[in-house]
Amino acid sequence: MAARFSLARAARQLTSSAARSHAPLACQWQSTSALQHRLFTVSAQLKEKKYTEDHEWVEASADGKTFTLGISEYAAKALGDVVYVELPEVDLQVSSGEAIGAVESVKSASDILSPIGGTVTEVNDALQEKPGNLNKDPEGDSWIAKIAVSGEPEGKLMTKEEYTAFTEDA
Amino acid sequence: MASKRAAQILRPAVNAFRPSSVTLQHVANPHIAIRNLSLRAGRARKLTRVSTTAVRFASSATPTADGQLGRTGLYELHAKHGAKFVPFGGYEMPVQYTDLSIVDSHNWTRQKASLFDVGHMVQHDFSGPGAQAFLERLTPSSLSSLSENHSTLSTLLHPETGGIVDDTVIARLPDSFYVVTNAGCREKDLAYLSEQLETWRKENPDKTVEWKLRDNQGLVALQGPLAATILERVLSEQSASALKSLYFGQCLPGTIKGTDVEVLISRGGYTGEDGFEISIPPSATEAVTQFMLDSAKDELRLAGLGARDTLRLEAGMCLYGHDLDDTTTPVEAGLSWIIGKDRRANGGFHGDSVILQQLKKKSEGGGVTRRRVGLIIEGSPAREGAEIVDEAGEKIGNITSGCPSPTAKKNISMGYIKDGLHKSGTEVQVIVRGKKRKATVTKMPFIGSKYYKAPAPEPK
Repeated sequence: MAARFSLARAARQLTSSAARSHAPLACQWQSTSALQHRLFTVSAQLKEKKYTEDHEWVEASADGKTFTLGISEYAAKALGDVVYVELPEVDLQVSSGEAIGAVESVKSASDILSPIGGTVTEVNDALQEKPGNLNKDPEGDSWIAKIAVSGEPEGKLMTKEEYTAFTEDA
Repeated sequence: MASKRAAQILRPAVNAFRPSSVTLQHVANPHIAIRNLSLRAGRARKLTRVSTTAVRFASSATPTADGQLGRTGLYELHAKHGAKFVPFGGYEMPVQYTDLSIVDSHNWTRQKASLFDVGHMVQHDFSGPGAQAFLERLTPSSLSSLSENHSTLSTLLHPETGGIVDDTVIARLPDSFYVVTNAGCREKDLAYLSEQLETWRKENPDKTVEWKLRDNQGLVALQGPLAATILERVLSEQSASALKSLYFGQCLPGTIKGTDVEVLISRGGYTGEDGFEISIPPSATEAVTQFMLDSAKDELRLAGLGARDTLRLEAGMCLYGHDLDDTTTPVEAGLSWIIGKDRRANGGFHGDSVILQQLKKKSEGGGVTRRRVGLIIEGSPAREGAEIVDEAGEKIGNITSGCPSPTAKKNISMGYIKDGLHKSGTEVQVIVRGKKRKATVTKMPFIGSKYYKAPAPEPK
């Protein structure tokens, strides 16, 4: 198997050699046994767009039952020209910290990790045709997937300000 | 005028004393521990961050045995141009620069010209009455038919097995063989060469061989369609005019314009484009490089390992530690063409019984079980480590390098496949992230090469 890397790894390549290291908190091979399949509504903290340390973003829908997931502008820039986006299948069940897809650029392949468990309800098929759009509007039109929530988010979630500080720190 | 400026920069540099913080222990120790090179090289290419503990104050330094990263003489110049450094082959090397993305830098090289620092590579000189015979024992190259100022791709081979210790370029200079080996194999190669030389000296006391390393010698690769035009600008009139009859695979000593700096210019490279590799004395490396950049401000950019990797892959060239290793023979690696005619007839090199048998027809018990091929993959790019499978899902090979090709706009890969399935056009599948992807065996290079070749002789 080819080695797989989170976006954080690609982003780290962008930083200079003098930068401080930060370990990505998400573990992509968590066991799914603990996954509970009853429906949750997203806790209040996701009403506003939040970012992970692995450079994904999540934002809850108005009813709080689903959330949209994408990769940050910072990550898209770090990856460089995206040539392929591997999208999950609709109905795929994911647990928090698990990979739901991948982004391929010239320099690397990076996993897209979901910080929250749930069931994929919709994917952004347009990215299959035009993967390069992910570089243009990663935090808007080029979202990756919508997921019906079935758990609480795990790992650190940051506000825009916190995330900006986090990336500047890196 | 640029040349005058360079002369001013160069003259003091040539005379200046430059401290070298590390004296090499190279030639000395045949008992140097051989590290797991393929692993090291593999890590390096994944572009992990550089340890911040490797602080050096000298302008250039070779890596130490305890793993401290080395720096080439161009380190400061790279830093000034916004290089992002990664550890590679024991050195802190630029992977890209802030002015261009990897794809932009790749395209720039194919359209204009790029300058790569390859000073991390190891430059050797072998001389003396036994030098040719010594190198012919280690490699399958026909050095007897290699004319002066010509070079050839070759491989250092393990005794008995014929596995590749390293790939290398060997040039015949008037008084020596100039040999360039990979940085990632530095310690392994030095240990191998020390041991081989020791054996040689015992067996052939009358045919002496002298082996020298060009310590901290600069080496830059100027690559791209504008390479010749740019190089002409920084050479003396005489050297510049000599470039016109310097063809692919040939080399030539040259003088930098307005100075007495002597460089060795070899036409060729690692991108598939026309270009040169220029070996520069340590004290003048930075000034000559700066002179080239200043002479072609709109045409020439520095390029790093990122673009170098995608360029060489498009050109179908191997990267040791990935596409070649100690267990691979030149025949398996699709490098049979480097084995000289007289060597096929007479052998006399390491692993000759294995290699010459592999060269024979299958009906005569020859052939190999796996071969290096190119592949084009649909959908996702396939990278090193991905498995190649057949319709039934049986493993039939593996990918050793791969990327989306910026020029061909396809996902290109290199790998080893079971003999018989290696023919161009064969359809197979490659597993990426657990899913099978369609792949087609393809001839390499993936793009047309643009070497400056000697005109073909008139047809009779």
